[in-house]
Amino acid sequence: MGRVIRSLRSFGAFWYDFVIGDDWHVAAVVVAALALTALVVHVAGVNAWWLLPLCVIGALAWSLHRATAGRS
Amino acid sequence: MFVACAVEAIEALTIVLASGLTRQWRSTLQGMAVALAVLAVVVAVVGPTITLLPLGALRLIVGALLAIFGLQWLRKAILRATGYKALHDEASAYLREVAAAKQAPVSSRRGVSDWYAFTLSFKGVLLEGLEVVFIVITFGDNQRNLGAAVIGAAAAIVVVAATGIAVRAPLSRVPENALKFAVGIMLTSFGTFWGAEGAGVSWPGSDAALLVIVPAVAAVSLGCVAWLRRGRAVAAANAEPAAPAEAPPAHAPSAHAPSAEASPARAGSADASPAEHAPSSEGMVR
Repeated sequence: MGRVIRSLRSFGAFWYDFVIGDDWHVAAVVVAALALTALVVHVAGVNAWWLLPLCVIGALAWSLHRATAGRS
Repeated sequence: MFVACAVEAIEALTIVLASGLTRQWRSTLQGMAVALAVLAVVVAVVGPTITLLPLGALRLIVGALLAIFGLQWLRKAILRATGYKALHDEASAYLREVAAAKQAPVSSRRGVSDWYAFTLSFKGVLLEGLEVVFIVITFGDNQRNLGAAVIGAAAAIVVVAATGIAVRAPLSRVPENALKFAVGIMLTSFGTFWGAEGAGVSWPGSDAALLVIVPAVAAVSLGCVAWLRRGRAVAAANAEPAAPAEAPPAHAPSAHAPSAEASPARAGSADASPAEHAPSSEGMVR
């Protein structure tokens, strides 16, 4: 039983590292931005093509700032 | 597609060479063959299954995954370009694997004469190959042309393998970090494009929008590199007057040389890729 749980844990950890990587905030921002874009497009009827690129760029800059703050 | 797959193939080649030249070619090639068979099954099963999804849902899911994946690559490439993370060096990765392979005892299991060589090669090819499979499936399914994506990836792997066999050494002269930077830009751009389309957006200019998105992501990434380098230079300049006058200047950290903090071994961050002595190649992935 313990071995099965350990295997499942390492399997989950592998896929987490593979898809999410070092900074889960980036993934969270991308998913939230896509959800917001879908809402704005389908509910408000605005063709918000600019929203996701802005969030992607913001996520990159934020992640870099977090990774380098205090390490110069 | 070709460049992204070539980069992963170069990393897998380093592991296979370290295993084959140090341990035993037979078990190494067995491990590689089993890993390639597993990857082929994944493409054959997952590729056509995903195409059953409606195009909108497919683009939303694939776009999100590609954007997240691309941002990971881009983030690491920028941190490497600015000295905050050690550069990925195939020559030193090869030496680490060779040192670990020389220490491990030879044991035979399940019909494989050198289990260490088998598992090292299998894990290396499988882990690097999964990234290739991910890119092949996402690009191929989105363009409704999985066959062309598979051919592109296979061509990259054949070219890298042939070069590796010819030189019998890791391809350390390939500008791998620059290639990863470029691949990160492409994955992020295409992920953003498809993800937004999947969310219901109509891009101005339709597919031609990519001609703006790709350069824009590239410009922002290069801007981030300049911003971080400038920050390091300013921090180094501010630190210099604080140093005691007697201190020998030869030991002052350079703004461009990787500092102690930049070393993964000292950084203690999640970015660190420890060299492992166990038959594992996770530390070399990406």
